[in-house]
Amino acid sequence: MKAKSRLLSAPYTVWMTIFIVLPMLLVAWFAFTDRAGHFTLENILSVGQYSNVFLRSIWLGAVATFISLVMGYPLAYIISKMSAKRQSVMVMLVMLPMWMNFLLRTYAWMTLLEDNGLINAALRALGFNGIHMINTAGAVVLGMVYNYIPYMILPLYSVLTKIDQSVIEAAEDLGANSRQVFFKVVVPMSMPGIISGVTMVFVPAVSTFIISKMLGGGANLLIGDLIDMQFLGSAYNPNLGSAISLVLMVIILICMGIMNQFDDGEPGEGGVLL
Amino acid sequence: MKKTGGRIYTFLVFLFLYAPILVLIVFSFNDTETASRTVWSGFSFKWYQKLFEDRLILEALRNTLLIAVIAAAASTVLGTVAAVGINSMKRLPQRILMNITNFPMVNPEIVTGVSMMLLFVFAVGLFGGRSLGMGSIIAAHITFCLPYVILSVLPKLRQMDPNLYEAAQDLGCPPVKAFFKVVLPEIMPGVVTGMIMAFTLSIDDFVISYFTSGTTQTLPIYIYSMTRKRVSPEINALSTVLFAVVMALLIVVNVRQGRGRRPAKEEG
Repeated sequence: MKAKSRLLSAPYTVWMTIFIVLPMLLVAWFAFTDRAGHFTLENILSVGQYSNVFLRSIWLGAVATFISLVMGYPLAYIISKMSAKRQSVMVMLVMLPMWMNFLLRTYAWMTLLEDNGLINAALRALGFNGIHMINTAGAVVLGMVYNYIPYMILPLYSVLTKIDQSVIEAAEDLGANSRQVFFKVVVPMSMPGIISGVTMVFVPAVSTFIISKMLGGGANLLIGDLIDMQFLGSAYNPNLGSAISLVLMVIILICMGIMNQFDDGEPGEGGVLL
Repeated sequence: MKKTGGRIYTFLVFLFLYAPILVLIVFSFNDTETASRTVWSGFSFKWYQKLFEDRLILEALRNTLLIAVIAAAASTVLGTVAAVGINSMKRLPQRILMNITNFPMVNPEIVTGVSMMLLFVFAVGLFGGRSLGMGSIIAAHITFCLPYVILSVLPKLRQMDPNLYEAAQDLGCPPVKAFFKVVLPEIMPGVVTGMIMAFTLSIDDFVISYFTSGTTQTLPIYIYSMTRKRVSPEINALSTVLFAVVMALLIVVNVRQGRGRRPAKEEG
C-alpha cells in the first residue's frame, strides 16, 4: 500500500525538477558559456571586477543583521515574558507591517529620509540644520533593518517562549545573578532562534536590489542591482549575470555553513538546509 | 523600574515599525496639487477617487488576484498530494526531495527569479509560443508556494495516527475514499494554513514576478514602476486601502480563532 502512496509525490518531483532543478542547471550553464554557447571561464573570472560590490553587500547585510539582532532580541524577550493573551497580540503587531507590500514600506522611508522629507522638515522646524540621509549607505542599512527585523524577532520569540522556566530558576537557586542567567542560560538556549533569525535577515539583505535602488541612490550598488542590470537592465548580459548569481549562491551557502557550526544540538531543527 | 524600561523599549520599537506606515496613511488624505509628498495642505479624498479611476491599477489588481487564486489552489492541491507521498517515502529519497523543497526557501529570491526567467526564455526559444506573461508568472508562483504548503501539511501528517487510515481500509473503505474521509479531515488545518500562506505570498511577491512577468503588470510591479517615475499620492491611497483590507482580514481571522481556542488558551 505504501508503495502506491509514494507515487503521489511523482507530479511534485516532476514539477520541482522542471522549475527548480532545471533553472539552476541553466544558471550554471550560462555562467560557464559565452554568448555563442562555448565553454568559458571568462564570466566567472570577470566577477572579480565587482569584488567591491560584493564586499559592500556583505558588509551592509552583516551590519543590518547585527542591528536587527541587538534591537530584536530584547523585544522578543520582553514579549516572551508577557501573558499568553498579550503575547499573541504582540506577535500579530510584529507581523502586521510585513503584510503591507515591501515596496510601499520602503517607499515610506523615502518620504521620511529625503532632503526635504519629514525628518528634515521636523529638524528645521526645531531650529536644527537638516541632515543628508537619503542615498547613503546608512539609509540602505536602515531599510534592511526595517524590512527584515520581523524575521529576526519571530524565531527568537518562538525559541524564548519554549525555554523551561525551571531551568532559569535552577540557575538562580545555584547563585547566578540576573546577568549570568541571561548570558549563560538564556542566550545559549536561544541559539537555534538566533541562527535562524540571522539567516532569515542576512540572506534577503545581502541579495536585495530594491532597497539599495530606492534608498541608496546610484552610489550604493549591491549584488542584487548588479544581477538585475545584467538581466533586465541596461547592461544586458545573462552570462555574466548567471556567473554573479552563482557566486552569490556560493557565498550564502558558505555563510550558512559557518552559521550552522554554531548550532550545537538538535541537528536539522535549527539548520535550514542540511 | 525594569518594567517601565521594557515598556518604553517596546514602544520605541513599535514606533519604528509603524511610523512610516502612519505617515503613508496620513499623506494619502493630503489635498495637494503639486503631488508633494511632505507638505500638508488639508484633508481630501481626491487621491482615492483618482485611484479607483486608474485603469492600469485596476487591471494590475485583477491580474494579481487571478494569479494568487490560481497559484494558491494549484499549489495546495499539488503540495498536499505530494506531502502524502513524501510522508510514506523511504529515508533517502525523502531526504533528497526535502532538500529540493527547502532549496527555494533558502536560495536568494533574486537568483530563483533569474533562474526561472532563463528557463522561460529558453523554453520560448525552444518551443516557440508567446513570450513571458501570465502563464510564466503563474508557474513561477506555484513553484515558490509549493514548499510552504508541503512544510505546513507534513507535520500534520506526522502527527496523525497511521492506524486510522489502515483501519478505514480494513473496514472496507477504498483508498481514495479513505483519504477524503479520514486523512484529509485530520490534516485540514495544515492544508488551510498552507493555502493562506500561498495566497498571501503570491499577492505580495515582487522579485520573482519582476523577472518572470514580461510586460504583464501585477500590483507590486505597478507599485514599483510608480516609485520609479513621478510619484503621486495615489500610491499612498493604494497602500492605505491594502493595509485596511489586510487589517480587516487579520481581525476577522483572529476573532474566529480566538472563539474556537479560548478555553484552551486560558488553561495555559
